[in-house]
Amino acid sequence: MDIVQAILYGLILSSIFALGAVGVSLIFGILRFAHFAHGDMVTLGAYLALAVVTLGQVSVWLALPVAVLVTAGAAIAVDHVVYRRLRRTRPVILFLASVGVAFVLRNLVLGIWGPQNLVYEPGIKLPMQFAGLRLKIDQLVIIVASIALISGLALFLRMTKIGKAMRAMSDDPDLARVSGIDTDAVVRWTWVLGGALAATAGVFHALDTRLQPTLGWDLLLGFFAAAILGGIGRPMGAIAGALVIGLASELSTLFLPPVYRSAVAFVLMIAVLLIRPTGIFAEARR
Amino acid sequence: MESLLGFGIFFVSFAGIYAILALGLNVQWGYTGLFNIGIAAFFAVGAYTAAILTTPESPNHLGGFGLPMIAGFVVAMLVAAVLALAIGLITLRLREDYLAIASIGLAEIVRLVLKNEEWLTNGTRGITAIPRPTSVTFFVIVAVAVLVTYWLVERARRSPWGRTVRAVREQEQAALAAGKNVVRFRLEAFVFGSALMGLAGALYAHFQGFVGPEAFEPMFGTFIVWVMLIAGGSGNNRGALVGAFLVWGLYAVTGFVATLVPPEFATQASAARVVLVGVLLIVVLLYRPEGLLPESRRVGPGPD
Amino acid sequence: MSLLALEDVRGGYGEVDVLNGVSLTVGEGEIVVVIGPNGAGKSTAMKAVTGLVNVRGGRIVFAGEDITGARTDAVARRRVCYVPQEKNVFPSLTVEENLEMGAYLRRDDFGRELAAVFDLFPPLKDKRRQPAGSLSGGQRQMVAMGRALMLQPRLLLLDEPTAGLSPKFREMIFERIQAINRTGVSVLLVEQNAREALGIAARGYVLVMGRNRHEGSGALLLADREVATMFLGG
Repeated sequence: MDIVQAILYGLILSSIFALGAVGVSLIFGILRFAHFAHGDMVTLGAYLALAVVTLGQVSVWLALPVAVLVTAGAAIAVDHVVYRRLRRTRPVILFLASVGVAFVLRNLVLGIWGPQNLVYEPGIKLPMQFAGLRLKIDQLVIIVASIALISGLALFLRMTKIGKAMRAMSDDPDLARVSGIDTDAVVRWTWVLGGALAATAGVFHALDTRLQPTLGWDLLLGFFAAAILGGIGRPMGAIAGALVIGLASELSTLFLPPVYRSAVAFVLMIAVLLIRPTGIFAEARR
Repeated sequence: MESLLGFGIFFVSFAGIYAILALGLNVQWGYTGLFNIGIAAFFAVGAYTAAILTTPESPNHLGGFGLPMIAGFVVAMLVAAVLALAIGLITLRLREDYLAIASIGLAEIVRLVLKNEEWLTNGTRGITAIPRPTSVTFFVIVAVAVLVTYWLVERARRSPWGRTVRAVREQEQAALAAGKNVVRFRLEAFVFGSALMGLAGALYAHFQGFVGPEAFEPMFGTFIVWVMLIAGGSGNNRGALVGAFLVWGLYAVTGFVATLVPPEFATQASAARVVLVGVLLIVVLLYRPEGLLPESRRVGPGPD
Repeated sequence: MSLLALEDVRGGYGEVDVLNGVSLTVGEGEIVVVIGPNGAGKSTAMKAVTGLVNVRGGRIVFAGEDITGARTDAVARRRVCYVPQEKNVFPSLTVEENLEMGAYLRRDDFGRELAAVFDLFPPLKDKRRQPAGSLSGGQRQMVAMGRALMLQPRLLLLDEPTAGLSPKFREMIFERIQAINRTGVSVLLVEQNAREALGIAARGYVLVMGRNRHEGSGALLLADREVATMFLGG
């Protein structure tokens, strides 16, 4: 039974990893750098929702869309001020700049909200019990909503003109420009989607655990591990990667101290890089 | 006056430790283009190695073995080098951003181990009673260590080896065509730089007399070293030194300002200091990416 | 007045100049071919028009407008459509999505152009839902040319469209280029298969070391002894 319960918790973690990893993968594909500040964008989203909850006295579900919009806007703003001007340099310089952004974001959160654990709504929610398994309503919503959001993203990338343009630019940025694709618009949409999903991941993770200034940072390795596992630059591969990482992390707690949960993601990632540097779920390219 | 001198000695000693970290990173990134953002791992391993070897026997952690400081220095460098060899063998064949992700992952694992394996490190309580020389003696030790390190890395830079690793960084294809074993040269640079980071860790342990996991969080273990090297001038050893002293100086000044803030705003003050360092990094990357003292070179910047 | 004019263009990638003064014109409705040895700057000259090359001297004029150093998407907006030699399709997009990306700038219905492309390259019709990356080299070339046609180009820039193709495919591509040209599209063509290319061209240029070496009508260049020994295989 413990195993089934761990799988259930693994699915929750996978959902949150997937929301972040899809964004990391999208940004890598289109902007060609590993966005190190993604974890702290997740944190920012979670705390923005808290601000709406406390200032507006509304439920977290109402605060979520506001947090999503503001985080997406913040992502575009950071791109405009920092990354846009570094696009002609080497990808590692962009990566390094995103390290700087990560520390700025995290410490802004720390300065405003302080280091202590916070929650959206006080009080303990009792989990539902069925067949000996425990699951809270919130956790059920997290899983279902994540599946819905990612399916929505998949449809967006398949069906809309800008979604196709995003995939095209991910394939070949020069050819995209030659075709007349508005690459600035593609970049803006990439940040909107990446930021929105990051904020959602942040709110979900904070609902499932606590708000903490290192909330997103603690998830970041999992995002990258999932994205690399799925073949970085392939958002849909990242979902499969997130499932593997999320389940493996939770299942590891059955025989490892839980503090090493985040290390499992890293060890798995290294193993995959060794065996197949393109990721296990990447289709072979010709 | 005396306390000012005391502060000066303290400041220079601390900055000297960071200067060695920056020089180590310069060998990896500045010379060879290896993107190591897990500096903290090697720094911490060096510090804990020195601590375990030189402290008197204690029931709280492995050892201590009560060895002389010099043994701690040598073994700290060795352990950091072996760790670098192991991680390098795995990751140096990969793309540069993969090495970055792998190195930060390694640093996180090292930090988790230090925090949780009490038999080895006494967990979050850390290792105390590390032999601490007088501040003047320590100042001399750090000064000698910085000078020797500088001499070593500068010699390496001017040697044929230094030219080769820069060729590896600039045009891997050309270096490959010249029959150079690119991975081996990368590995050597990675191990060399990491050993220096281990040495910095050992110095840090004796400087503080105490090591705990907090000192090796990403901000102080890794990130600030990057800011130092980039601001000072990546590829230029004098730049690395200048960057270490300038950035640490700036950080010390903001720390002094922070003491003027009422204690209830202490968290905000320390957060603001980190924000400042982050902004400094971004500003340097945007407006002076080559740093204060750019690397002297004949060819143009690397390929896009 | 010519549709496209390069006037003494100099430039290249990064710091290194590949073009040391290239001048050429393409008239309205013409097929113009550029030939020359490897490294002569043929492809670079074509890319200079699209804004993918740093132009450091000279001028590029399209339809009376100076487009020197214009942004790549701004050039596309003038309906100058470029087909690179390699990497000329989006491999993970389907054939049909590739064609749609060619029409990205259009706000009107492009069903007619889509049908026209499938008429011009019938093999693509059955493969419309397949990823372009799974196609053969010749089929990819068709997708690439089809993508460029979706924008109803005024000028088509083709970089070695027959490189690496079998003689049968080569002949077919040259024939299609003529068919496209007959609908009023001007074509600038860079080619290794100089004899066949000059055969369909109104005029040709020979570039050597990033400079003009010869120019003239297709027939004239075919008859030129030096050109013949250098590029036509004797």
